[in-house]
Amino acid sequence: MKQIITENIPTAPSKHVAPQADHADGTRTVMRYVADLRAWLFLAMLILGFEVWSRFSFGGTFVLNPFNLQSIAIFAVAPLLLAMGQTFVIIAGGIDLSAGFVMGLAAVVAAHVINWANPIMPMPMAVLTGTIAAVMLAGVPGMVNGLLVSRLKVPPFIGTLGMFGVARGVAFLLAGGTTVPVNNSFFAGLGNGRILSVPYIVILAAIFVLLMHYVLSYTRFGQHNYAIGASAQAARRAGININSHLLRLYILSGFCAGLAGVLYAARFSAGAAQAGEPLLLDCVAAVVIGGASLFGGSGTILGTVAGAFVIAVIQYGLVFTNVAPFWQFISVGVVIIISVLIDQTQRRMSGGRISE
Amino acid sequence: MNNLNDNIPLLEVRNLSKHFGPIKALNDLSMVVRRGEVVAVVGDNGAGKTTLIKALSGVYRPTAGELLLNGKPAIFSNPQQAREEGIETIYQDLALADNLSIGANIFLGREPMRRAFGFLPVLDRRKMAEAACSTMALLDFHVSRTETPVSNFSGGQRQAVAIGRAVYWDAQILIMDEPTAALGVPEQRKVLSLIHKLKAQGRGVIFVSHNLQDIFAVSDRIVVLRRGVLAGERQISETNHDEVVKLMVGG
Repeated sequence: MKQIITENIPTAPSKHVAPQADHADGTRTVMRYVADLRAWLFLAMLILGFEVWSRFSFGGTFVLNPFNLQSIAIFAVAPLLLAMGQTFVIIAGGIDLSAGFVMGLAAVVAAHVINWANPIMPMPMAVLTGTIAAVMLAGVPGMVNGLLVSRLKVPPFIGTLGMFGVARGVAFLLAGGTTVPVNNSFFAGLGNGRILSVPYIVILAAIFVLLMHYVLSYTRFGQHNYAIGASAQAARRAGININSHLLRLYILSGFCAGLAGVLYAARFSAGAAQAGEPLLLDCVAAVVIGGASLFGGSGTILGTVAGAFVIAVIQYGLVFTNVAPFWQFISVGVVIIISVLIDQTQRRMSGGRISE
Repeated sequence: MNNLNDNIPLLEVRNLSKHFGPIKALNDLSMVVRRGEVVAVVGDNGAGKTTLIKALSGVYRPTAGELLLNGKPAIFSNPQQAREEGIETIYQDLALADNLSIGANIFLGREPMRRAFGFLPVLDRRKMAEAACSTMALLDFHVSRTETPVSNFSGGQRQAVAIGRAVYWDAQILIMDEPTAALGVPEQRKVLSLIHKLKAQGRGVIFVSHNLQDIFAVSDRIVVLRRGVLAGERQISETNHDEVVKLMVGG
């Protein structure tokens, strides 16, 4: 007892005491790297596979063909934008099932508003008005989702499933059950034009992805998002306002879906309620393949980018190699399952750890 | 430390009561914690230990009685206030975000920012990592890889991280709820040596535990609760296991 009381307060890192080294064994570290980079590994293998296939069957290149690259990038834009919001939501331990139909809703709203604005303002102004209206309106279902999940403690799966139905119905009602054509050449130019053979919408999506990467990895909002996904209790005790975070989170997801809807409408010069219907599962898949865990707490924007490209390469590659389209579903499904298995293995290995 | 500070206790609890309707969870309890002192609080289930912790950490408003910090009356209406006054509670579940680094956990909810390229506000990860290294070094836990998530660390090391967070924000009084309960024997020893460190740094520790062995190894004084009232208070050097158990069960 005595010697403890007289012990000096250590001032600097005192090396004389045997350090309690933090440690991790090698295999686990390797497994973690594989898990973190799995989307990029999939992507590399797929590109390599299609390249070989293409050379043998057609004697031509797959990946070095600029037209193919452009098509893949355009394929990836809409699911990637939806997946941006979904990445945030899934890292926080939630899910947003309404994203697909909110995108459709936004596409219809953008089409209507641009048509309404065309006669009374210059074309670019009409496009801007339509874009702002559609993105803002897409924030409304996001806000309702956020209120349901944060204030009323509705499980995200159920709350956003309800909004899935509401957004779908409203979108079809607004569209009158059909597609809404837009007559605005500036809008069509935005959706189909390119600079140095890079499509505008791909550039816009890339800028948006960088912005989301910044928000997730370099701001308090992103940091709190990870903390809430790992332990809401820890975040609450640290003084983070979880309710307001969740609200902003689902509004962000709504905005992402809104932007995806506007770019869809630009590309096809039409708004369609069913625009995002097949993209909901694609965007969740992109996030999961990209390394996020559906249990929350992990995932990155760059991983999701890789995940979205994995799906786009599978879809476009199978079209390119002239395989029956149904194989797309099977391949994407298999990739999702493998991806989740890798995540589970990594999780088990780190969870089963006991102190020395 | 001057004499004045030595004489005024860090924390004084005067006639504290907390009633839930007719149930007197805590009744007329008085105790003090001085600088560099470890006070153990023991008692059977339902003795009022948890109620006491929650009243001290700002979760409950006491029904009657008062708290004095450094001789000045203090009223906490929420845990944030208690924390700002230097009372940090470390719960059994530690409240760490497992996927974040030590530094990120220390700063969780109050992250430091810097400007990248002179205009873009970004998280100051370097500051967080440096704070993690220097704070954990105070607890003799030398961190080599500062970006490793805390889930990679052992139970005792995670306990050290939770304590380190309190130390970084300059907590003067640490309330520790069963800090050794979920740990293996070597890890328990590490936590006990952490408590010795805190004591040597002049902080006050309230150590709530069931484990009499740990209590006798680390505490200066022991406060025994029974059914919400003070059943006895002893200097560790003047008592033994048997007496404490008798006080607990009312023999």
